[in-house]
Amino acid sequence: MSVTYIDAIRAAQEKLLREDDRVFLYGQDIGVFGGAFKATKGLAAMFPGRVFDSPIAEDAMIGLAVGAAIEGLRPIVEMQFADFSAIAFNQIVNQAATHFYRTGVPIPITVRLPSGGTPGSGPFHSQNMEGIYAQYPGLIVLTPATVADAYHMLIDGVALDDPVIYCEHKFLYRWLKAKTINNEHLPIGQARIARPGKHATVVAYSAMVHEAVRAADRLQADGWEIEVVDLRSVKPLDLDTILASVARTGRLLALGEAFPWGGVTAEVVARVSEHGFHLLDAPPQRLNSRDTPIPYHPKLWASHRPTPESICEALRQLLSF
Amino acid sequence: MRLQARPASLYAPPVPTLDLPAATEKFALDRTFLRSAFQSMLLARILENKLSSLYKAGKIVGGVYLGRGQEAVSAALGTALIRGTDVFCPLIRDQAGRSAFGESLIDCTRTYLGSALGPMRGRDGNVHRGRPLAGMPAMISHLGAQIALISGMLFAKRIKGQLEGVVGATCIGDGGTSTGAFHEALNLSGVERLPMVVLVTNNQFAYSTPNDRQFGCGDLVERARGYGFRGWSVDGTDLLACSTVVSEAVRQARHGGGPQMIVAQLLRLAGHGEHDDGFYVPETLRVGHYGQDCIEVAMRQLMANGITSADEIRLWQEQFAADVQRAVAQAQQEAPPDPYREDWTALSTRFPINQ
Repeated sequence: MSVTYIDAIRAAQEKLLREDDRVFLYGQDIGVFGGAFKATKGLAAMFPGRVFDSPIAEDAMIGLAVGAAIEGLRPIVEMQFADFSAIAFNQIVNQAATHFYRTGVPIPITVRLPSGGTPGSGPFHSQNMEGIYAQYPGLIVLTPATVADAYHMLIDGVALDDPVIYCEHKFLYRWLKAKTINNEHLPIGQARIARPGKHATVVAYSAMVHEAVRAADRLQADGWEIEVVDLRSVKPLDLDTILASVARTGRLLALGEAFPWGGVTAEVVARVSEHGFHLLDAPPQRLNSRDTPIPYHPKLWASHRPTPESICEALRQLLSF
Repeated sequence: MRLQARPASLYAPPVPTLDLPAATEKFALDRTFLRSAFQSMLLARILENKLSSLYKAGKIVGGVYLGRGQEAVSAALGTALIRGTDVFCPLIRDQAGRSAFGESLIDCTRTYLGSALGPMRGRDGNVHRGRPLAGMPAMISHLGAQIALISGMLFAKRIKGQLEGVVGATCIGDGGTSTGAFHEALNLSGVERLPMVVLVTNNQFAYSTPNDRQFGCGDLVERARGYGFRGWSVDGTDLLACSTVVSEAVRQARHGGGPQMIVAQLLRLAGHGEHDDGFYVPETLRVGHYGQDCIEVAMRQLMANGITSADEIRLWQEQFAADVQRAVAQAQQEAPPDPYREDWTALSTRFPINQ
């Protein structure tokens, strides 16, 4: 018996619906159908009047959630794909994110974004939006990389009074399994050392944590001990854990699956350069996807995003300084 | 007492036949309603004239956007709603509706004059003020975005079992009906059959863009049918017509009649903002029917029907001018926000570690 990443997301929503009357689920095809990825399978039947199919109206879906939050409820909105949250961008960054600052009334909504690439998904079902949302004040952006984090960070995220952008990686949905959901977990805002090391630090999040660990395992054969930091939340960003790791290793590679211009990896490099320049023995490096739309064909897709091979190459270059 | 209102055309899509209760005393087009709506119109006009003067004197922080010419329909909506029960998100030209719904003058003057004590504390200004927990959310500038928010407040009340007898209302202009947000929110509200009233004030110009560059349908009320809303047309310069139509639409929404869209035809009797002289409005429109001032029309209507008198109106004018002056003076004496004492956080959550 094992629990997958998506099982954890479903289980978290079930627990939230069971234990908190303020929670309801809203999204496209999430009712009887159980969601495009089955993250809400069976929940509509278990919780009548709490799980709603929405029209294809991402803007209005978030607008509705903000209104419901003002009324004291805690909506969880499922975007069918993170990419489609572009339609809801205005409501997320201008309505939800500004509301507490402007009015003093917090907006506890959680927006689930099925994120990231899978083979054959193409330009419009593969995107990573975390960097864009993290840029806006007033949002919390979560990027769980493990089964336990998928579960606990969704529960902890809904408990927060602010709008939460919960980026769940589609590649991890069924591939990532755990024996059970570990009850021990870190609070939101704290990063985790996914793999200890001493020669270089890879700061990663979401699915890239696993690619970084694979690359680190390969370099182990050459005697390199690579530390992998799993950010868990990209906003807030746990700079203390990052700097502590860089202090141990003297070398930084910031790794992300998103497009290369700006974003989370640029932020990590900028902050480490600003606050930990003296800790660095080599120029900090970044590795992202290529600067093109995400290709459809699996062969192109596999070379578009960072892979264990490209991560190893980047690390070897970093270690050669 | 009942009045002879100008007949308002009713565009009635084939919605299910309703077994609505007869108009209650509260919602009948009565003397009290009209006096109250007119007072809100008058107060709004006096307040906005003052704001315009302050703007021209360089005393206002940011822009000033007036509702001049739109007071009748806005006040009718605010008067038909019940503060404490209903939810209402006014838009840019709804000072009259805000006053009718019960917004205090000091909330307005503090926001325009940049007092730290206003509801927005200097963090947002002018028409973007609100008190969400008192049922009046604060609009953002992106047109149409507030409609789904009102839908969500009603949707939540339904989940909580508190929707009975509640109406949600919001306003938009002719230009705002072109946005995707407007379409999405009306469609969603139609799907959920929410007790919603969307007031569309067609003031003929979106900033400077005329109707014929804004929408391709003949009349915006035709859109109501497509969204599952009941559609109403009204002459926005006519307080009696506005009061009749708006209070009936609100009554139907309140008593299970589903979502309602009112389209009021009128002319904006000001620029888009006080920085704009509106040179693009043709003279034929200015001197035409919709160029008439709804306040003057309302005065004639109410006096002709014995609802008020010239003397009483003069008394109200004096009283409102004094009230406005007091609210302005108070806000002007108050300190602006202090950047050194501002906490500069956009989140209500305080994380223990650095962000």
